[in-house]
Amino acid sequence: MAKLNVNGKTIDIVVADDTPLLWAIREQIGLTGTKYGCGVAQCGACTVHIDGVATRSCALPVSGVTPEQKIVTIEGLSPDGMHAIQQAWIKHEVPQCGFCQSGMIMAAAALLQANPKPSEADIASEMTNICRCGTYNRVKAAILDVAAGGTLGRG
Amino acid sequence: MTVSTQTTSFRPSRRSVLAGSAAATGAFTFGFAIPFGDEAAAQAPNPEINAWVVIQPDDKVVIRIARSEMGQGTLTGLAQLVAEELQCDWSKVTTEYPTPGQNVARNRVWGNFSTGGSRGIRESHEYVRKGGAAARMMLIQAAANEWKVPASECLAENGVITHKASGRSLRYGQVAAAATKVEAPKEVPLKDPKTWTIAGKPLARLDTADKTTGKKIYGMDLKLPGMLNAAIRDCPVFGGKVKSFDAAKIKDMPGVKHVLPVGDSAVTVVAETWWQAKTALDALPIVWDEGQHAKVSSASIAEWLKEGLDAQSAVVGNQNGDVKAAIANAARTVEAVYSYPYQNHACMETMNATALYTPEKCEVWTPTQNGEAALAAASEASGLPVAKCEAYKIDLGGGFGRRGAVHDWVRQVVAIAKQIPGTPVKLIWSREEDMLHGRFHPVTQCKLTGALDKDGNLTGLAMRISGQSIVAGIFPQNIRDGKDPVVFQGLNAPGPEASIGYTIPNLLIDHAMRNPHVPPGFWRGVNLNQNAIYLESFMDELAHAAGKDPLEFRRALMKDHPKHLAVLNAAAERAEWGKPLPAGVFRGICQTMGFGSYVAAVAEVSVSAEGKLKIHRIVAATDCGHAVNPAQIERQVEGSFVYGLSAALHGEITIKDGRVEQENFDTYPVLRMDEMPKVETVIVASGGFWGGVGEPTIAVAAPAVLNAIFAATGKRIRSLPLKNADLKRA
Repeated sequence: MAKLNVNGKTIDIVVADDTPLLWAIREQIGLTGTKYGCGVAQCGACTVHIDGVATRSCALPVSGVTPEQKIVTIEGLSPDGMHAIQQAWIKHEVPQCGFCQSGMIMAAAALLQANPKPSEADIASEMTNICRCGTYNRVKAAILDVAAGGTLGRG
Repeated sequence: MTVSTQTTSFRPSRRSVLAGSAAATGAFTFGFAIPFGDEAAAQAPNPEINAWVVIQPDDKVVIRIARSEMGQGTLTGLAQLVAEELQCDWSKVTTEYPTPGQNVARNRVWGNFSTGGSRGIRESHEYVRKGGAAARMMLIQAAANEWKVPASECLAENGVITHKASGRSLRYGQVAAAATKVEAPKEVPLKDPKTWTIAGKPLARLDTADKTTGKKIYGMDLKLPGMLNAAIRDCPVFGGKVKSFDAAKIKDMPGVKHVLPVGDSAVTVVAETWWQAKTALDALPIVWDEGQHAKVSSASIAEWLKEGLDAQSAVVGNQNGDVKAAIANAARTVEAVYSYPYQNHACMETMNATALYTPEKCEVWTPTQNGEAALAAASEASGLPVAKCEAYKIDLGGGFGRRGAVHDWVRQVVAIAKQIPGTPVKLIWSREEDMLHGRFHPVTQCKLTGALDKDGNLTGLAMRISGQSIVAGIFPQNIRDGKDPVVFQGLNAPGPEASIGYTIPNLLIDHAMRNPHVPPGFWRGVNLNQNAIYLESFMDELAHAAGKDPLEFRRALMKDHPKHLAVLNAAAERAEWGKPLPAGVFRGICQTMGFGSYVAAVAEVSVSAEGKLKIHRIVAATDCGHAVNPAQIERQVEGSFVYGLSAALHGEITIKDGRVEQENFDTYPVLRMDEMPKVETVIVASGGFWGGVGEPTIAVAAPAVLNAIFAATGKRIRSLPLKNADLKRA
């Protein structure tokens, strides 16, 4: 059993304590926007926010999250897909296959929340998610665009 | 068989589960089978004008796409080509995939589904444009019939047909039903690409929004009512088998439903959730019969390939003059041996498929680069004829060649589903399974010998490739007289495909095939990747040996290869080759041709005293003939450097005890953002031909950087990946 606060709702799920948060989100809660890529916190496809901090959910057991901690997945980032980062992603046409992009967007949103004016070097060191299609330069451009516009939180 | 929200389904229960996601993408067809006769098409609420075009009464245009979308933008590019000829309103365009089974049932009206070899557009541009043009002609004819005027007096523009003389007009949606009854035209002229207004433009992709909200459904996300989830372990030693497994040890673990053999080499655990299946599988005792390859290692493979470098017997790929004499008479010879490792595709989405088997029907849902091959695999694995099988394509979370030629995971999921008839089962490979059971970018080595005359001109080149053949591993029936033509990509005699860009008076390029037990696969860029490294690094070596500028040395050999030369010049010009760079920054240059396109790159790098490489900037030029969507071409070129530099810097699968040693991204690192250079793309688009875009640029990533590293350090790296090289200053 676990009690999780996901996208503003408290949800009781029946799951073994050592189940990674990722699989609880995908299989028990049914939100599949958060992806499995590696299972060892390497690739970042599973990135969610826990109390605003970008967290790789594939290597975190549900028992490691308290009912009070606020988990936000890509589905909960904005009610309508219009978070400033999501808008910038569309404007810059960042995604190719798109599989890594939920994690990429969640990592970028958390980065900008913590550091609204990141330098290129900040972005390169903070954004460690893997993309195999090769969207890195568009990711960077989109983040810089949001940072320059200062629209985060108001977008 | 149109968009799921609009049509009748034979399986409403399953459809209702998926409809939300399907409607959101608007590009997702599955589970439907309606008659396809003209009568049926005419009576349908969404009239099918022809196989490629459906026009709804509200003017919405549904364009059918046969090729797979895996991020490369083909979906949008192909829709642009159809829409261009259809003269429809681009803002009203949506897309859908016909299923492979429908293609078979309709005598392959949509042609080839295979999406590899950068062929998505270059191989189908003509017939998809004709599909759009024929539909336009039929719509015009329908309007002309209604007005009782000759069609030649009517014009179509932006989805509206007008009769100029009378000023009357009709929208496509108004005449679509009538157009389905018009006879298809026999002569279908196409527009001059110079007049394009939709194709050739940097239009936004049609499939971006859902990739930013988590709404997009990948194969891994699929859920069918009553579905179980499967994890699998195949014998880690290729060619090995399962000797035994102790199902009793795990049968009481949470959620576990079945523990089953899959073929003779794998075991699956089927459970309520995938995590339960994987957890139980990890706890399952399995005894393997590792077979005859359990002692093979990277070192033993390398020894075997090394022997091939000087073997008497080899198959010639390209030859002119007398290279032996040229080498014997040379003022100076240069010799070098290069090697290239195994690499994994490492798609972000691991292999997966969902299957439902009954004795009457076998259905498979899977991300695939070739829906028809997935269908064939389902048929073979189920033992049911193709007519009783169906495959539903799902957009891929990366393909790169892994999901094209071999559908091993489809065979597995069907083998599992067949053991639990009536229950849908989704098989997901763990990353570890995906890493251990890739279809690997094959190993080759290459020995090159160059002959220079006293003035430093190249008079002869011998190039011996030793190593694995992908074709022999996957399509052995295509090996003719011992020759795998793919091995010579980029090295072929002058012609439209993968030709060498140099005229060398005496030339011999041959291949000693050595096929280790590790299964090879087509890997984005295929053999062009290794060959460009070998040839373009060696051209750099020869230039330096001759005391010549690497660009000028190449140009002197390229007079008869104007397209190769033009892209090389375009890259050099944009990069300002020859002009001073900041202190410590050095350039490297290279070019090649493959997948019908000409590509070149200049890399700017620095190497610290401690040997730390930084790639500052890449300039890449590409001539793909007709550029269907320049914005997507730029993205493919940029992405090619991520894939190509991942391979050059990090990519290495090693073999020990017959199995792959790397299991995840911690031991198989790939390029991340901190290593990503700026990329500037120069699209030459000289017109007159149709070249591919997704792959050719991969091949110039590594040699441009390797040549720049030599310029920076004087070190010639001949064995990839770079992570194994010591770039510290001596």
